[in-house]
Amino acid sequence: MTRIDDNPVGGNSAVTVRGLVKHYGETKALDGVDLDVREGTVMGVLGPNGAGKTTLVRILSTLITPDAGQATVAGYDVVRQPRQLRRVIGLTGQYASVDEKLPGWENLYLIGRLLDLSRRDARTRADELLERFSLTEAARRPAGTYSGGMRRRLDLAASMIGRPAVLYLDEPTTGLDPRTRNEVWDEVKAMVGEGVTVLLTTQYMEEAEQLASELTVVDRGKVIATGGIEELKARVGGRTLRVRPVDPLELRPLAGMLDDLGITGLAATTVDTETGTLLVPILSDEQLTAVVGAVTARGITISSVTTELPSLDEVFLSLTGHRAGTPQDVTPADDRQEVAV
Amino acid sequence: MSSATLSPAATKADTPISLRAHLRHTGALIRRNLLWIRQDPESMFDAVLFPVVFTLLFVYVFGGSIGQSLGGGQERYVQYVIPGLMAMMGMNMAQGVGTGFNQDFNSGVMDRFRSLPIGRGSVLFAKIAVELMRMLFATAVLMVVAVLVGYDIKHWSGLLASVGLSAVFGSALMWVFLTLGVVMKNAQSVQAMGFLVLMPLQFGSSIFAPPASMPGWLQAFTDYNPLSTLADTARGLMEGGPVAHDLWVTLIWSVGLTAVMAPVAIHKFRTKS
Repeated sequence: MTRIDDNPVGGNSAVTVRGLVKHYGETKALDGVDLDVREGTVMGVLGPNGAGKTTLVRILSTLITPDAGQATVAGYDVVRQPRQLRRVIGLTGQYASVDEKLPGWENLYLIGRLLDLSRRDARTRADELLERFSLTEAARRPAGTYSGGMRRRLDLAASMIGRPAVLYLDEPTTGLDPRTRNEVWDEVKAMVGEGVTVLLTTQYMEEAEQLASELTVVDRGKVIATGGIEELKARVGGRTLRVRPVDPLELRPLAGMLDDLGITGLAATTVDTETGTLLVPILSDEQLTAVVGAVTARGITISSVTTELPSLDEVFLSLTGHRAGTPQDVTPADDRQEVAV
Repeated sequence: MSSATLSPAATKADTPISLRAHLRHTGALIRRNLLWIRQDPESMFDAVLFPVVFTLLFVYVFGGSIGQSLGGGQERYVQYVIPGLMAMMGMNMAQGVGTGFNQDFNSGVMDRFRSLPIGRGSVLFAKIAVELMRMLFATAVLMVVAVLVGYDIKHWSGLLASVGLSAVFGSALMWVFLTLGVVMKNAQSVQAMGFLVLMPLQFGSSIFAPPASMPGWLQAFTDYNPLSTLADTARGLMEGGPVAHDLWVTLIWSVGLTAVMAPVAIHKFRTKS
């Protein structure tokens, strides 16, 4: 594991994980994971399917016990003090865990009562949260009749009832359409603004970039890298050159030409048809000059050239040797697709 | 990497959950299960249909001939079979507990419950409480149908005592089925398993016909089959007659099953991953 953040961990640690191990038979779901989440920050745990993200969340919510290692949340040990720990966490699972037969209001009231609120407080809190997550109109309808986005919002509301110090969001937008995903992101950002510490697991680079301030990249039960998002990008070292020809029809020939030029960055050159640009990963200023030179020599008119830090997809690729979301190595042909996510 | 930085709180023991909190949690979950019924009234169909169908079927199809062997007719059989059917109510409701609970488990709601600071048994206690209510409802339906087909209630106190005993035995069986519901992978296998276990118990008993005409080995089985002893106790209490032996066997079964299966069910519920 490489620690990029050389500064000692500032602020109090809300979640501390040391050497966490969980095996299922031969499968090492977690194989010695270390993690620190500082109070009031959003830690993104990024990794493909089967990387161990959900196992980590389940251990930290006391649903399963680890085989080895230690973990504390808000100072409580996951194995020895499960009940106190449950009092300070909120959990939003990968699959929205609301009771579909109960109306939205009843879902929230039930959880309030289970969290030892008085009847009156549980009622007030349910009303408040429905209002806050724009579900007041649907309060009396069974949650089973809700749309995907409404269900996630109800799920978020349910996890906020106990005013948790630490909130786990286990792939909160998996399976949602882009518009609904943005909706959920906005809600999460608002909650973070209220000072709750969040542990977010995700397969989406974009989601981590949107929500997390720090990132831990996991793969096959191990932490591969951890640090601030910008730091991680800088560590990977590359940049992406975004070239936009005036004529979009020039995109493909341009890509082919640059391939022939043999410039190899961190990933293959990709065509982003949506914005009509060509993404060329580069490693040095010399390569930048070479690309611009080649474009000019070919007489292609370009409307803009910009450089960007590499996408998290590329960060993942360079750290693990394979693309996020695809556990196996991918062939170069597969890399030549539209920009993922 | 620095060594573990555990806060002082982590060394303290876990706090227990008070009895009052237990009751509050169980109450909240009972409310949830009752709301389910309100949301989905069809889930009460079995509680209504089962006593009606079984009473009509046994009284009008088998009633005449079995009644003759009892030295009477259909009227004689009504007096015989109704206490038996009452004994079956608990069992029938119990069978559904496992299936329903299994479905509940696979929905993700259980993860939320298990991540809340509530007592280990609350979710299960609430389920059993609501199933007992359903059982009482089914028993009430049974008694209405019974009176309509000519059942003569001789001892009201005996009737109430029988209902109570059925509830005790029914709840013991519910723990068994809750365990199956937690342990088994899907609702279908829970149902199949329940059927395999209950079929022989149900018909190898004195519920529908007196065991006197059965072969010796089967009589030996029915003598200690809790469904037989429960049915015979109910008969004794409602019709008048000796109950001591049957009552004891039924109670021992009930207490034994509960003492073993309740902790198993609760443990399996908490540790299910």
